[in-house]
Amino acid sequence: MKTLGVILVALALLAGSVQLQATRERLFPVSEADEDAMYMRSAETLRRLSGAYTALTADGYWIRALQYYGGTKRRLQAQARVPEPPPMLAVPTSDDFSLLYPMLDITTSLDPRFTIAYRFGAVFLAEAYPRGAGRPDLAVALLEKGIRAQPDKWEYMEDIGFVHYWYVHDYRAAAGWFQRASEVPGAPWWLRSLAATTLAQGGDRQSSRTMWEAIRQSAAIDWLRQDAERRLLQLDALDNIDELQRRVDAFARGAGQAPSGWDSVVRARVVPGVPLDPSRTPYELIQGRVHLAASSPLAPLPEEPRQIDAPEAPPR
Amino acid sequence: MRAVVAIAVNVFRESVRDKVLYNLVLFAVLLIGASYLIGQLTAGQDVKIIKDLGLAAISVFGLFIAVFIGIGLVSKEVDRRSIYSLLAKPIHRQQLVLGKYCGLTLTLGVNLAVMAAALYVVLFYMAWGVSEQTVRSWDAPALDPALLKAVGLIYVELMLVTAIALFFSTFSTPMLSAALTFGFFIAGHFSSDLRNFQDAVDSPAAARLARGLYWVLPNLAQFDVKAAVVHGQPVPLGYAAVTIGYAACYIAMLLVISMLVFSRRDFK
Repeated sequence: MKTLGVILVALALLAGSVQLQATRERLFPVSEADEDAMYMRSAETLRRLSGAYTALTADGYWIRALQYYGGTKRRLQAQARVPEPPPMLAVPTSDDFSLLYPMLDITTSLDPRFTIAYRFGAVFLAEAYPRGAGRPDLAVALLEKGIRAQPDKWEYMEDIGFVHYWYVHDYRAAAGWFQRASEVPGAPWWLRSLAATTLAQGGDRQSSRTMWEAIRQSAAIDWLRQDAERRLLQLDALDNIDELQRRVDAFARGAGQAPSGWDSVVRARVVPGVPLDPSRTPYELIQGRVHLAASSPLAPLPEEPRQIDAPEAPPR
Repeated sequence: MRAVVAIAVNVFRESVRDKVLYNLVLFAVLLIGASYLIGQLTAGQDVKIIKDLGLAAISVFGLFIAVFIGIGLVSKEVDRRSIYSLLAKPIHRQQLVLGKYCGLTLTLGVNLAVMAAALYVVLFYMAWGVSEQTVRSWDAPALDPALLKAVGLIYVELMLVTAIALFFSTFSTPMLSAALTFGFFIAGHFSSDLRNFQDAVDSPAAARLARGLYWVLPNLAQFDVKAAVVHGQPVPLGYAAVTIGYAACYIAMLLVISMLVFSRRDFK
């Protein structure tokens, strides 16, 4: 009986402390800046302090980098819902991801063979703001660091080519990296043809589809495969939007004015119903322009790479 | 020899009575909890991180056992005054020191074996049903037998740490022994800095002193192959053999000195 009483008192005290902590967090919230603070920026100092446990420390920093990236992205997306700027303009526009590269740099300095930190980290860095840091230059720097640690890692070379292709739109550099990757023993055969296609055709949609399909089929990491599948669906959405826009333009020419919504277009049987994107979210029709809905899991659509020597496309 | 074995078995029994094996429960809870949490967090790298965490936990738990039991091996007998009845028996003081050491290494061995088995069980669970493509993305298989090399070298390192703790416990207080043993453990992992000290100082005498300390202090960094094993890097058997040989010499040296100090100690 006495033991039970002690247990109950202990539980009551624990509940009280939990309640007090919740109250303190509500009344005096910890600022995000404090939560994101990096106490150590020197990988060398951390390596020395962690002694025999550098790999575990690297894991800790990797988990922090994931949480920082995911948390910042979620916060930014919830905040603004602003249209994504074209990746070509995705120079450092914000400090919101400012700690991402230092975290990844420390992770990979503590564990120079941490493959995922290089590959995912490069995607996080290169992805256009606000989905990522919008820093393809840092993504390339991170991957080049990986190549210095593991010179035979063709995946890093492929990823650098991919960053040049998709985010910088420098197809010659992309083709050069795909070629370099293809020359590493054990690299997949399709890298050589990807290099040739990229050099010849630049960034047309079919080339992009070929590249993502190859990545989807070859990705050994689920997350990369899922990302490739999402990119392929985005390309499908771009195809759909082009086709729908063509029909809407024809309808507008006949009607003498741009439709303000799908109702009139559906009534005229230009389309059989409100069209859905590949994620089953309705497309939006605003002032005669077809858009992907901001609520769609595929939003925002990427700025499509231009073909080599093609004139600059009008804004979508 | 029989006396040494009897003392060793007794040390092991005493550690069981002292609930040292409770740390195994803590280890299992830590690993199982971490495997669940980390699986949600780390974007497909859960196996790598569980290996890192498991090996680090084996090393840390083992270190605490080695230090905190090692420092009490002799001092506890003195504090409880049971040393008098022990020394009244037909055993040499050297046998007592050796038996205590063997008993603690037996305790450590059992602990590490169980922790390694638990790590394999958790890794088996995490690798269960994982797609072929994901498996190909790992640097090394989940149930990589090479993990045993890392565990083995951790064990050898802990045997060396135990010898250091026992050495200090033969003439010092438990608190001071613990501090000194931890100090040696930390210094042992930074010994490469002593080797390269000449690059940082102008004084040839200081450089020579640092170089001398590098050779004299135990070099524990060489036992750390955790990262290499987790990334599927080869750990040559020759490397392991030379490293174990180094440890054997160093342990023997420490035990000889410990026996000498203990045999001369006056318990009046």
